Amino acid sequence: MADYTIKVRRYQPESGDPAYWEEFNVELDPSLSVLDGLLQAKDRDDGSLAVRCSCRAAICGSCGMKINGKSGLGCQTQIGEAQEAADKKASAVGGESEGNVIVIEPMGNQPVIKDLVTDMESTHWTKFRRVTPWLLPHGEPPEREYIVEPESMVDITQSMACIQCGACVSSCLSMEADPLFIGPAALAKAYRFVGDPRDAETLERLTDLAKDPHGIYDCTHCFSCVDACPKGVAPMDQIMRLRRKAGEHGIEDPNSGHAHEMAFVNIIEKKGTLDESLLLQESFAPGVLGKLMPSKRAIKEMIGSLPTAIRGIKTGKMRSLPKLIPGVHHKLPGGAQDDVKAIYKRAEESNIEFNLYIKGEEGDQEAAVEERLEPAAAPGAEEASNG
Amino acid sequence: MGIVSKVHPVRSHSNAAQGGINAALNPDDTWESHAFDTVKGSDYLGDQDAIEVMAREAPEEILHMEHLGVTFHRNEEGKLGTRAFGGASAARTYYVADITGQAIMHVLYEQLMKYSEQITRYEEWFSSSLAIDENGECCGVVTRNVADGSMELFQAKSVILATGGSGQIWKPTTNALICTGDGIAMAYRVGAKLMDMEMIQYHPTTLAGKGFLITEGARGEGALLLNKNGERFMEKYAPNKMELASRDVVSRAEQTEINEGRGFPDGTVALDITVVPKKRIHEALREIVLVGRDFAGVDITREPIHIKPGNHYTMGGVKTDVEGRTDIPGLYAAGEVACVSVHGGNRLGANSLLDTLIFGKHSGRDAAARALRTDWSKPSGKVLEDEQAMVDDINGREKGSGRRVSEIKLELGQTMDAKVAVFRDEAGITEALETVRRLKEEAKTAYIDDHGQVFNQDLMGAIELGYMLDCAECSCIGALERKESRGAQYRTDYPERNDEEWLKHINLEKTEDGPEISYSEVTITQWQPEARTY
Repeated sequence: MADYTIKVRRYQPESGDPAYWEEFNVELDPSLSVLDGLLQAKDRDDGSLAVRCSCRAAICGSCGMKINGKSGLGCQTQIGEAQEAADKKASAVGGESEGNVIVIEPMGNQPVIKDLVTDMESTHWTKFRRVTPWLLPHGEPPEREYIVEPESMVDITQSMACIQCGACVSSCLSMEADPLFIGPAALAKAYRFVGDPRDAETLERLTDLAKDPHGIYDCTHCFSCVDACPKGVAPMDQIMRLRRKAGEHGIEDPNSGHAHEMAFVNIIEKKGTLDESLLLQESFAPGVLGKLMPSKRAIKEMIGSLPTAIRGIKTGKMRSLPKLIPGVHHKLPGGAQDDVKAIYKRAEESNIEFNLYIKGEEGDQEAAVEERLEPAAAPGAEEASNG
Repeated sequence: MGIVSKVHPVRSHSNAAQGGINAALNPDDTWESHAFDTVKGSDYLGDQDAIEVMAREAPEEILHMEHLGVTFHRNEEGKLGTRAFGGASAARTYYVADITGQAIMHVLYEQLMKYSEQITRYEEWFSSSLAIDENGECCGVVTRNVADGSMELFQAKSVILATGGSGQIWKPTTNALICTGDGIAMAYRVGAKLMDMEMIQYHPTTLAGKGFLITEGARGEGALLLNKNGERFMEKYAPNKMELASRDVVSRAEQTEINEGRGFPDGTVALDITVVPKKRIHEALREIVLVGRDFAGVDITREPIHIKPGNHYTMGGVKTDVEGRTDIPGLYAAGEVACVSVHGGNRLGANSLLDTLIFGKHSGRDAAARALRTDWSKPSGKVLEDEQAMVDDINGREKGSGRRVSEIKLELGQTMDAKVAVFRDEAGITEALETVRRLKEEAKTAYIDDHGQVFNQDLMGAIELGYMLDCAECSCIGALERKESRGAQYRTDYPERNDEEWLKHINLEKTEDGPEISYSEVTITQWQPEARTY
């Protein structure tokens, strides 16, 4: 048992008063959750403290909130850890003028209804319905089950693991800038169908989400949602998969991000190392050495990006001007060029998307990669893993 | 058509069904085998006609769910793959990692959105009572819009209760805070019979203190149960099925070990999942890795986790037939709220999701047919006004007028967990019943702090307390009445199963003086009761 002070952002809509802060003193085991702390305050001190909650075990997704500024689930955050985070924060700003209290606020990017209860319907659920969140197979279903690759089901189970708690929506910086952004949770849901081999409208879904100015290219890749997600769904990863799939389907990327990425891949495959003199041209007129004619839009964008390139040369971020002349790029010694090509071949052959959901911890993922690349494990390794 | 839910539908407690869903879908499995396992699991208290329906229709239902989009685990050939589960004679549990319930419920919610033109969703509307017309038929539900506190009578030609169990009567429990027996109590209050309310499942693997569930799938994947001496104690209690005996058997074994001093000092035994290959744990038991990490501070891939039996499932409930019909025309019940009875004295793991889907479907069909052939009718009394008065009464109680609602809930939970749990006897149950009756009186003056209209959870908590106390009273009376040991009901003063006198259901009906007891026959089709060993 330990004593904690939780400071809650409260709003009682019927009082006519603006939102205010209130502190509650609670006493519980450090291994219990922030939600347990809130429920104790509710039970003992003030039953009008509103907080959605149900399962207490991080599966129902009701208790999304901000704890010390970080979006997550109240039931999944141990109160002892929340106190440590509060202490750290207080010492970082140099002092305890406010006291090291655990600060609890309603989720962001959603209107507040009462205390910690937010209006998810007008925000999260409306965006969610935007992505046509149901399976769209073609034709009659088979007599038995659909036969699909076992990995494909595991793959989309990562986004299926989403409990719609809204923590990612709460933390999303893109949505803060553009409230119309479809957002991490809904787009992760979209991947659940795009990645599902039983769904027959992959191209339509991808085109729709790519064309929407608030769609998949509206994400700024900030990782906030990955940090916030309590279930390891990693919404941003799902958005990046949608982008990659869109690229594979030849859907135009308004940011030219896919073409730029492919430029790196193709140049290194051809040259062994990155020949930056080709990067601009390759990004906008792919086909190494410019064998394809750039589109009008590409020419405009290429010219538009010249100042960035010049700035890059001036600051030394790009290599010196003489080296940017095509043909000056140095060649790899000996057979190294062939080695690079062999790496490409191998990568293509084992084009497996390693899925965090099944691979668990980081160390395991590395081990799994090794296992796949080295089927004949070193002697002793097996014993160790069985131990 | 409308769906009324006191929480957003995806917050519902079917989320918590982790391990999977049973069906004899493999060509070398048979529905008869599934049915027999269920009958035996129920300790012969399940109605065999209903069990046959469930087992026979299970394969088709799994395929239907698969076609709707559930991301079931596949085997190497890309076909549906299975895992082993307790009390089953074949591996017939289909699953999505260990989030099967969540995966199925979210897919069903997808379908609700797809058909939103035909079905209106009333999300966060709290039901407070059922409306009955002058012919004694159900004609609607009184609800409260949680967002603004407005009360409304939804008139209906058919009403299906799908409100889950009453696990919150016990503390701790694996059940969510919303599992307060709402539908059981609402049906009971309008005269529907409840059945086998004493049959309450204690799940063998829950976290001590917090009550969180560790899926039976862990044992299905090969995890072992060990006492403090490192002995695999199930050898003594179920030499054939070991850890995968039915849940009542495993829970009693654990509790015996604990009571006889072979448990750990925190009143637990150990579940050793480290024997399962690490990769398989991350693939198939992901949720349990998180539960261990977040709620017990244990890396289950590296060390055993301490567990104990904990309250989990209400086998009893509103008495229905195989079409989900209760004793009140127009009122249906499906899932944990209902007692068909397919689970009898003990539910097998991975049969609960199946129960909800099969009898949900049957109820829906029959309710729709009834709605097509009947006319609208009106409640016989002023049900909406009565409910508003009930709410106003609770709202009008001043601080200090009685006990706090939360105090009463805590006392109820602790009493039930101490007296009406794995092992029971007359003295203990009687004590619990007396406590429940005192708490019922105290609840009449219990006060709340919130007197507003918007999101008044305090008020709903007070109404839920009433539901819980009704259910608790019935569970105590059933437990006291059944003077034998069968399934989850183990009476230390009547340690044997007694088919002669007690192979029957206990029905409870509300009267002025409390629940009135009657009995009904157990339907036996092809499996005569025999001794039950695992």
